[in-house]
Amino acid sequence: MAGEAEKKPALEMVQADGADEGCVTFVLHDEDHTLGNSLRYMIMKTVDVEFCGYTITHPSESKINFRIQTRGGLPATEPLRRGLTDLTDVCQHVLNTFEARVNEFKEKEEQPME
Amino acid sequence: MAATMKNVDEIRNRVILGEFGVKNVHTSDFPGNYPGYDDAWDMHKFQKNFRIDVVHLDESSMEFDMVGMDAAIANAFRRILLAEVPTMAIEKVFIYNNTSIVQDEVLAHRLGLIPIKADPRLFEYRNTGEEAAEEEGSEIDTIQLQLKIKCSRNPRASKDSSDPRELYLNHMVYSKDIKWVPIGNQADVFADSIIGPVNDDILIAQLRPGQELDIIMHCVKGIGKDHAKFSPVATASYRLLPEITLMETVEGEKAERLKRCFSQGVIELEDVNGKKVAKVVNSRLDTCSREVLRHDDLKNVVKLGRLRDHFIFTVESTGILPPDVLVTEAIKVLMAKCQRFLNELDSDINEVK
Repeated sequence: MAGEAEKKPALEMVQADGADEGCVTFVLHDEDHTLGNSLRYMIMKTVDVEFCGYTITHPSESKINFRIQTRGGLPATEPLRRGLTDLTDVCQHVLNTFEARVNEFKEKEEQPME
Repeated sequence: MAATMKNVDEIRNRVILGEFGVKNVHTSDFPGNYPGYDDAWDMHKFQKNFRIDVVHLDESSMEFDMVGMDAAIANAFRRILLAEVPTMAIEKVFIYNNTSIVQDEVLAHRLGLIPIKADPRLFEYRNTGEEAAEEEGSEIDTIQLQLKIKCSRNPRASKDSSDPRELYLNHMVYSKDIKWVPIGNQADVFADSIIGPVNDDILIAQLRPGQELDIIMHCVKGIGKDHAKFSPVATASYRLLPEITLMETVEGEKAERLKRCFSQGVIELEDVNGKKVAKVVNSRLDTCSREVLRHDDLKNVVKLGRLRDHFIFTVESTGILPPDVLVTEAIKVLMAKCQRFLNELDSDINEVK
């Protein structure tokens, strides 16, 4: 309303009073089970993570609360960052494999025509 | 000890179909859950085990196996295929004249659901801000289509005919009657691709002599989450590879009955010394109906399971994009989601500094 509307952040961090950096709830805006569950899986695969889970706050709100608790005072942003990079790498590998296999399949289909 | 190890492996790798329920549904191979197993994420291990096999591929559908992946990520791909891969669809309908019996709003809804063949990767999203709502579409975000048709009597129809196909001209309005009206430089940019409905034979309305339709439509880019008309797939689903194990040899009448409990081609009978012996030939074909568990003498003879990390994907396209392109686009969407939050994390840290 007043001038240029500031762009809403996609990510917020919520911490309980007195909690250390290892216990953080991240609010991921405009996300659902698609990213929530796959990211939870990647983060649960990290050794230093004690707890990782997410909830969809309400069906009419398009955001998720993503909770990470770590062991040994590790900042919760670290496993989150690693989870996101790992998930990107997984996708890249799936993409490369998929494209290679589809091309192979298409070539094989063309061969009997000769 | 060895027996329990085997048990643990089964819990980790198989979903068991029991008589009264399905066991080991959830992924449990996380670090710390099983002593003696290294479950921490290992990219090399993943790359070594991961495999994709294309089973079938044509212009409208495909089937492929994705092996060595967790359900969480496979399900993300499926969800993105259904709801987050963008396509172009009719969003605004300007009705200048509609004297048919189909009401304007019903007609507009029908038009919206027609798949439009146009590569969504070549278009931008239209701005949805408040002041942008009034804005006209431009060549980078809008496709204009026109439907202008009028029904009339066929002068050459025989007098005693009662067949509407012979009596009237243009009395059936099909999707092929929708014509593309290029905006700006679109005629040059999309010269070699035909923009218009994917299918020619979708019936939109029926007219009688004197009735006419005069409609301009605007197609915009959107995603299935917003409206199902933007969904690029007719369906996208996966199932886990079934595994059927016979615990003991089954012969004679029992073998015949066992064979009938499963889908055709799953179990075949082999002739061994004049006796018919059941053998699992192709468990992939099974629908996992669990019919066999209703037979008291057979239910302990077989073990029904599914491989936890073997996904058989089926993707059926609406025809806007080929199914293999849809899957690659879906993977890219998930990567973009990750990138969005990685960027956000980096900018947060810069702010604190």
